[in-house]
Amino acid sequence: MSMQKEELIKQLSLCIEKGKADRATPTPPEMKDQVGAVEITAQLLEMEVSPEEILNDALIAGMKRIGDLYGQGKAFVPHLLLSARAMNAAITLLKPFFEAGAVERKGTFIIGTVKGDLHDIGKNLVKAIVEGSGWQVIDLGTDVSTDGFLKAIEEHPEAHVGLSALLTTTMVNMEEIVKAIRVNYPDKRILIGGAPVTQEYCDRIGADFFTLFPQEAAEYLNSLI
Amino acid sequence: MSVLSKIKEQGILVSDGAWGTFIHKKGLKSDECPESWNLTRPDDIYDVARSYVDAGADMILTNSFGGSPFKLAPYGLADKTYEVNKAAAEISRRAAGKDVLVLGSVGPTGKILMMGEVSEEEMMQGFAEQIRGLADGGADAILMETMSDPDEARVAIRAAKSVTDIEVMCTFTFSLTPAGEYRTMMGTSPAETVELLKNEGVQVIGANCGNGTAGMIEIVKEIRSVDKDIPVLVHANAGLPILKDGESVFPESPDEMSVQVADLVRAGANIVGGCCGTTPEHISCIAREVRRK
Repeated sequence: MSMQKEELIKQLSLCIEKGKADRATPTPPEMKDQVGAVEITAQLLEMEVSPEEILNDALIAGMKRIGDLYGQGKAFVPHLLLSARAMNAAITLLKPFFEAGAVERKGTFIIGTVKGDLHDIGKNLVKAIVEGSGWQVIDLGTDVSTDGFLKAIEEHPEAHVGLSALLTTTMVNMEEIVKAIRVNYPDKRILIGGAPVTQEYCDRIGADFFTLFPQEAAEYLNSLI
Repeated sequence: MSVLSKIKEQGILVSDGAWGTFIHKKGLKSDECPESWNLTRPDDIYDVARSYVDAGADMILTNSFGGSPFKLAPYGLADKTYEVNKAAAEISRRAAGKDVLVLGSVGPTGKILMMGEVSEEEMMQGFAEQIRGLADGGADAILMETMSDPDEARVAIRAAKSVTDIEVMCTFTFSLTPAGEYRTMMGTSPAETVELLKNEGVQVIGANCGNGTAGMIEIVKEIRSVDKDIPVLVHANAGLPILKDGESVFPESPDEMSVQVADLVRAGANIVGGCCGTTPEHISCIAREVRRK
């Protein structure tokens, strides 16, 4: 029994890493026609394995591996997106337990692409990995104004905040948003990222953390707990 | 005149430089649609186009990078896709005259096919509408640029071929991974794009954005390792952006960029222009370098 449980946890973790959401998911080819994350999660729940164990040992572990591979340049955007889809499919089955308070999230993370910028691929990757790392993520979408961020913080006062921008012309809007957050919430942790963003820029505008890799953002947030 | 015949006639050709940053300097706000200026401020767009003709470019692009209905939609302009793109090509055509070629610029939609954000058919129709406008406005060829998803590039190319007979060119954007390889963000290597694009019957391939000239030299070498003949276009950034006085700037001066052109041509590039951070001065220096030989 326990042997089978460990096997299933391992297999579920692999399904997340490989983006195998369910039996019908055609990728990866070597897992074709096999059960996926949804079926295995259901089976584990039926065996009364705790949702927390499923989340931590299988789902989060699988997302961490794909996030690390992405950071090493050995996995790419499609792989992360497929893993996120598999993760979300499995999470749907765990939702009732989250809502009943049986599983604790690590915290809340607000994320958005800054005003003037409509690009969302990078933001979505960070969202996927941070969510996959056990956080509740509030996604404000793209073209988010200073007020949009402030309003979200007001609703989730304990949350950390992430700002994304793809263009050199919209990156400059990060400064105003960071400053406005600082005035109202001096202790708020602010993460920034996006193709043109640098550590130097992060230091200059007074944000707390800069990275180009989603997994590093998740690890930074985990370090704050 | 076609791009291929001009290459045959003249050898190495010079393309143009950045448009986006140029238009921002003319007052475009960060929440404004750059392509809307084709209809509302055509004279400013003409100035950009003309400045590259005057700098000595053999071909210029059009102000239509974000001209697909998917990119125009958030600005409420999706139903003006044809007009916006036709105007883009007409403006560049007017600036180019007869001797300079006009390449209708088509950028990615920002939607990912594999995630089902858009269907292949919808994407095909959107690109077709954009490209019909560019062709009717007088473009000599269509240039799909900054591509990263092979599926999207394939759809765009097929859309072009369904509405026009003019040449189709396609360049991808690669960056150096921590593993030390050049890949698009979707994981495709330069060599892999060659096979894909040749199968789709594209006349010119290459790379734009994401790298300064030094990186582009490596990318062209990789392309040439799998194909000796297909014409290659390179639009490099003026180096990689650094922060200066609170603004992100591209550091390579026209001279710094043009001294690397000989190596880029030696690696196998047939058409050399610029992407982010390049100006008419960059293009003029590149043209001088290319024509020196």
